Amino acid sequence: MHEIFELILSQLFMATHKSSKITVAFMLLLVLNTFSSFAQLDTDEVVDESFNPTEMIMHHISDSHGWHFFGEGEDSFTIPLPVILWTDEGVVSFMSSAFHHDVEGEHVVEAGGQKFVNYHEKIFVLNEGETELEYNEEEHVALNANSPFDISITKNVASMLLTSILMIILFMGLAKHYRKSKKAPKGFTNILETLVVFVRDEIAKPQIGEKKYMKFMPFLLTVFFFIWIANLMGLLPGAANVTGNISITVALGLFTLALILVNANKDYWQHVFWMPGIPTFVKPILAIVEILGVFIKPIALMIRLFANITAGHIIILSLIGLIFILETAGVAAISVPFALFITVLELLVAFLQAFIFTMLSALFIGMAVQEHEHH
Amino acid sequence: MDLITPEYGLFVWQVVVMIILIFLLTKFAWKPVMKAVGEREASINEALASAEKAKEEMANLKADNEKMLQQARAERDEMLKEAQQMKKKIMAEATEEANEKAEQILEKAQAAIQNEKKTALAEIKSQVAELSVQIAETVVKKQLDDKDEQMTLVNKMLDDVKLN
Repeated sequence: MHEIFELILSQLFMATHKSSKITVAFMLLLVLNTFSSFAQLDTDEVVDESFNPTEMIMHHISDSHGWHFFGEGEDSFTIPLPVILWTDEGVVSFMSSAFHHDVEGEHVVEAGGQKFVNYHEKIFVLNEGETELEYNEEEHVALNANSPFDISITKNVASMLLTSILMIILFMGLAKHYRKSKKAPKGFTNILETLVVFVRDEIAKPQIGEKKYMKFMPFLLTVFFFIWIANLMGLLPGAANVTGNISITVALGLFTLALILVNANKDYWQHVFWMPGIPTFVKPILAIVEILGVFIKPIALMIRLFANITAGHIIILSLIGLIFILETAGVAAISVPFALFITVLELLVAFLQAFIFTMLSALFIGMAVQEHEHH
Repeated sequence: MDLITPEYGLFVWQVVVMIILIFLLTKFAWKPVMKAVGEREASINEALASAEKAKEEMANLKADNEKMLQQARAERDEMLKEAQQMKKKIMAEATEEANEKAEQILEKAQAAIQNEKKTALAEIKSQVAELSVQIAETVVKKQLDDKDEQMTLVNKMLDDVKLN
């Protein structure tokens, strides 16, 4: 476990060396991990199941097949979500409740003539004739099972769909207002309009330019509001950590990359492959750097969003986790106000990250479509 | 490790949802909203520009009015001045005329007086002559022997003249 976190830590250090918050978050996670191992040593004989903060935090920030709210095992309050698997024998679908909250690969579900197990929120299909999953913990591979292509409506997918529906309701409502009257909207619709105008005037226009910004407005607006609303929803109790999931941010980053690659003009490619105005022998060297840069830009976007949101969640969960690690309610006097402070800070971060992602997307697109003045 | 390993299912969902979301929102929200906001901004700018223009026109109008007022005032002053002058002139002319007329009348009167005087004198002269002749006749008639009587006669004559 420690090695993995050190790996994450070093990678994040490289990617977002500016963000000290992320460092703090992962440091906290490391510290908690050590703490808990000590705690485990002390209390192993007395209590069978000691509190494992790493597990708790990882459970909270990662995706799952059911939407868990509270409780343990069979008593827990969990909304079952559909599991959809693309196996060798076609698409198989069943509700996540079929696993009966089992994530250790013990409960076998039979569907479509195949046997499925949920091992740490990863679904495996058992090979013919097998009845139990054999898993190699060291190598992280299942010995007698395959992992099918999992297109389940997981907690994150459900949350993402909720965010999308919310966006459609909000912005179609805004559009409806204009069909009724030409006047400026009032109240909440006015807030939405202000934000739309904010994206246009503060992000799109200055970064892309008056002439071309209109083409990219739909993407920028959608991304901005999607990230922001998903960030805010992620702060709700029991909510999914959508924007703090690398799959989501990779998808968003790839949208930006695709827009850059599709819309980049001749000037841009010339500046990438054969930079004008510098000595010829430097040009190939710079070309390598520039080609790397084309991909590093969206990768930085992906990691920045993922790391910032996840770090915020980890800090809050770690502060709350301290109460259970130290096993004294008194700690709550310190950790709850701290957690509250971080939560309020996260409200700001939710907006800030949406703004930064959209701003940088616009900036990169702007660089790709910019008409250079020829000297 | 799960934390930084992208899951293909989730990735696919995000891409699909994002594409649908961009499509739907563009068609039903972003385009109408951007259009309406743009139109409203244009109309606000237009309204502001026309207000500015109206203000300018108003100022121009005011300046014009002021100018006209000044002109009118100047004209009035001019007219007053002219009237004053006219008045003075007329008065002067009238005075002159009156003087002239008075002089003429005076002259005429003097001439008439002179004439009257002449005729009166002529009449007196003729009467005196007539009287003298009468006196002389009377005197002659009475054969003037007595000196006293002569004097009495003369006086009586003179008294008669007075009566005349």
